[in-house]
Amino acid sequence: MRPISRILTAFAALAMVINLFQPIWRIDLFAPQYPEGLVLQIFHDRFTGNVDQINGLNHYIGMATIHNDMFPEFAIMRYAIGLLVGWGLLAALIGRRWALASWLFTLFAFVIWAMWDMYSWGWNYGHNLDPHAAIRIEGMAYQPPLFGHKTLLNFEAWSFPDVGGYVLFGSIAIAVMVFLYEWKRPRNKQAAKN
Amino acid sequence: MKRRPSHSAIPLVITAGLALPLVQGCKPTNTKTAVTGDAASKVYVAPGKYDEFYNFVSGGFSGQMSVYGLPSGRLLRDIPVFSVDPENGWGYSEETKPMLMTTHGFIPWDDSHHVEASMTNGVPDGKFMFINGNNTPRVAMIDLKTFRTASIIEIPNSAGNHSSPFITPNSEYLVAGTRFSVPMGTDAQRDVPIDSYKENFRSTISFVKPDTAAGTMAIAFQIKTPAVDFDLAHAGKGPSDGWFFFSTYNTEKAHDLLEVNASQRDKDFIMAVNWKKAEQYAKEGKGKMIDGKHYMNHYDESTHMASSKVVDQVLQLDPAELTDLLYFMPCPKSPHGCDVDPTGEFIVGSGKLAATLPVFSFAKMQKAIADKSFEGDYDGIPVLKYESVLQGEVKKPGLGPLHTEFDNNGFAYSSMFVSSEIVKWNVKTLEVVDRVPTYYSIGHLCVPGGDSQKPWGKYVIAYNKITKDRYLPTGPELTQSAQLYSIDGPKMELLLDFPTTGEPHYAQALPADLVKGNSKKFFKIEDNKHPYATKGEKEAKVVREGNKVHVYMTCIRSHFAPDNIEGVKMGDEVYFHVTNLEQDWDVPHGFAIKGAPTAELLIMPGETQTLKWVPQSVGVKPFYCTDFCSALHQEMQGYIRVSPAGSTVPLTANTKSADAGL
Repeated sequence: MRPISRILTAFAALAMVINLFQPIWRIDLFAPQYPEGLVLQIFHDRFTGNVDQINGLNHYIGMATIHNDMFPEFAIMRYAIGLLVGWGLLAALIGRRWALASWLFTLFAFVIWAMWDMYSWGWNYGHNLDPHAAIRIEGMAYQPPLFGHKTLLNFEAWSFPDVGGYVLFGSIAIAVMVFLYEWKRPRNKQAAKN
Repeated sequence: MKRRPSHSAIPLVITAGLALPLVQGCKPTNTKTAVTGDAASKVYVAPGKYDEFYNFVSGGFSGQMSVYGLPSGRLLRDIPVFSVDPENGWGYSEETKPMLMTTHGFIPWDDSHHVEASMTNGVPDGKFMFINGNNTPRVAMIDLKTFRTASIIEIPNSAGNHSSPFITPNSEYLVAGTRFSVPMGTDAQRDVPIDSYKENFRSTISFVKPDTAAGTMAIAFQIKTPAVDFDLAHAGKGPSDGWFFFSTYNTEKAHDLLEVNASQRDKDFIMAVNWKKAEQYAKEGKGKMIDGKHYMNHYDESTHMASSKVVDQVLQLDPAELTDLLYFMPCPKSPHGCDVDPTGEFIVGSGKLAATLPVFSFAKMQKAIADKSFEGDYDGIPVLKYESVLQGEVKKPGLGPLHTEFDNNGFAYSSMFVSSEIVKWNVKTLEVVDRVPTYYSIGHLCVPGGDSQKPWGKYVIAYNKITKDRYLPTGPELTQSAQLYSIDGPKMELLLDFPTTGEPHYAQALPADLVKGNSKKFFKIEDNKHPYATKGEKEAKVVREGNKVHVYMTCIRSHFAPDNIEGVKMGDEVYFHVTNLEQDWDVPHGFAIKGAPTAELLIMPGETQTLKWVPQSVGVKPFYCTDFCSALHQEMQGYIRVSPAGSTVPLTANTKSADAGL
């Protein structure tokens, strides 16, 4: 790998540290009575935002109450982020394409796992409804959108990355570009140089 | 000659038909034509948009204070102050009852006339409003974070707190001058023939010190004055800071048929009070503690509860013993308004029955005092020579001048009750520059910041005494009314009529930005220090103490906990202590129970309120939420079983939560 590639790889890896301090994802909810919107922000270790209001509203339709301790993910996410950062820095240090490729693979694996995890939680959250709920609508589920927009009764829900998520995707984009850039270089030339 | 039918009658009829509109044309201008141009667009505030100003308007005989938006004239809120308000339990809930306590007992009504804003550096700071209770002398302090009455103080040795609650430039003091002179002192001193008025009757003005950090008030000192009736007042500012000016009437000392007997003298007085001097005398201990029992009531926002303190005495200063406190300036014919211009140099007296508007000069007054330019004395108080304190008179301003406010461009606006108009005049030249009719019989008027050192101007609002044909008729009792005029241009321009609650007297208008950012959205449940607060459904319970049953009740969308109560017996007093567990904006819950001879409770999020209920008959009685709180609001209801006295039904309550998670 060329020095610029190694620097970019290290930078992309380090940037992801921000996920320990900034929200990774956010779900915004708007309804006629909530023109100012309600927001649920997901950090690596907790929910913040209008959690109480959302819980208060959701109990009508029998959705579970969201608590931070419902999510074992919150306990391990910091290690996952640490692993991704460490692996990236290691790849930059090793400076070989295989190392970069393995990091990229790990990043993709992480994102796929995280999206799948969020989707499966969302499915459960939206489908496992209290049968004694005050409002039951036949065939209606309230699974929040994984990405983008969805209408849930009187609410318009928008699900998008927050600061941490954007940085994560940015880091992946850098990693992919570095990988493609390095991939085009003749193997022997690089080998000779290294 | 052949006689032909005369046609001369036809033109006559036509002429008469033409003449009729001409005759009507000579009548006064139709009031409906008074609005010109694009008035509608100037007062239109689109749905969802905010008004530019808050208008805090006294409710008059409603005893309350109303809040309107300007320029739309939309009623935003009626804040309960001196009168009970069953709509939200003010004066009915156990927590608010102490607010209306006085030495005369619980008083459920008053007559509130004048609104004054708390000031910093001579400009309203948007923190508090003050309003007087005219009938049972009191002053209230309203917190603009919650738009609720924070404190009410009773004024001792006063009989009708009309000349109130005008305030000094840094909210050091607000005043309370009595409208009636009365005998004071011991029972024997007070039980005197009314026609011994001249010997036995005296007046007082009290200086009330507001504590803007605590939201409380206390009487700092009181000045005993000759027997004159105080009407209105305003504090000096700028160069005249340290002085207060009061308009007086009935300097004739009449005690009957005042209409005639109090209108005999050509001139009554504006009384100038050197309050800095008075403050100094008070500090030096030169006053006397005299009988002056009064109530100090304060609503504590953290306990959500009012309490009363009773004070027995007040510090009174007697100008017969203490010099340089008071001076009288002669002012034509029973002055009402007593208004100080933004520079603080000019004092305008509005003599209701006078043909001119006198403008007094503070600098000349100071010189006259130094030169002892007195025309004599009134009960020992020096009376300054009219000519030596007069800056000039506004000639032929109109009939029945009542009150004057000021804009930011050196103009004054005086209300004319009798000729029903607003007259705009130049404070420097004393020339009338414009006049507009009001519909009808204007009393007070208000310019945003119009009694401060920096008026915001833009509008003048007329508060009228007669409404008559301005709105759809509603029988003999009609709405009261205000009118909004633009004062941006050289000509005043009528923009809008808007109905008001009660009868508005004085008012204040503040830019919305000064107030709206501080408005509280709800009370934090963790800060609730009410002794009977129930901070979660798990804590809901029913406790018996003798014949008192305390229900620790919670409410949240959409249920009460408990919602089934048994074991209450005839002869019990049931206290429903209802805590609203919601923590979101605009989710109040109501609580009403069948047969309650009081009112409902309206409980804001995070708040606890208590309704005392004494069952009147055996049976199962329903209670329910009165504020449409959610889609399941109708289901928010419960029962309480009342058994005969001596029944053995155990006291129970179901506190099972409908949703364990909440």
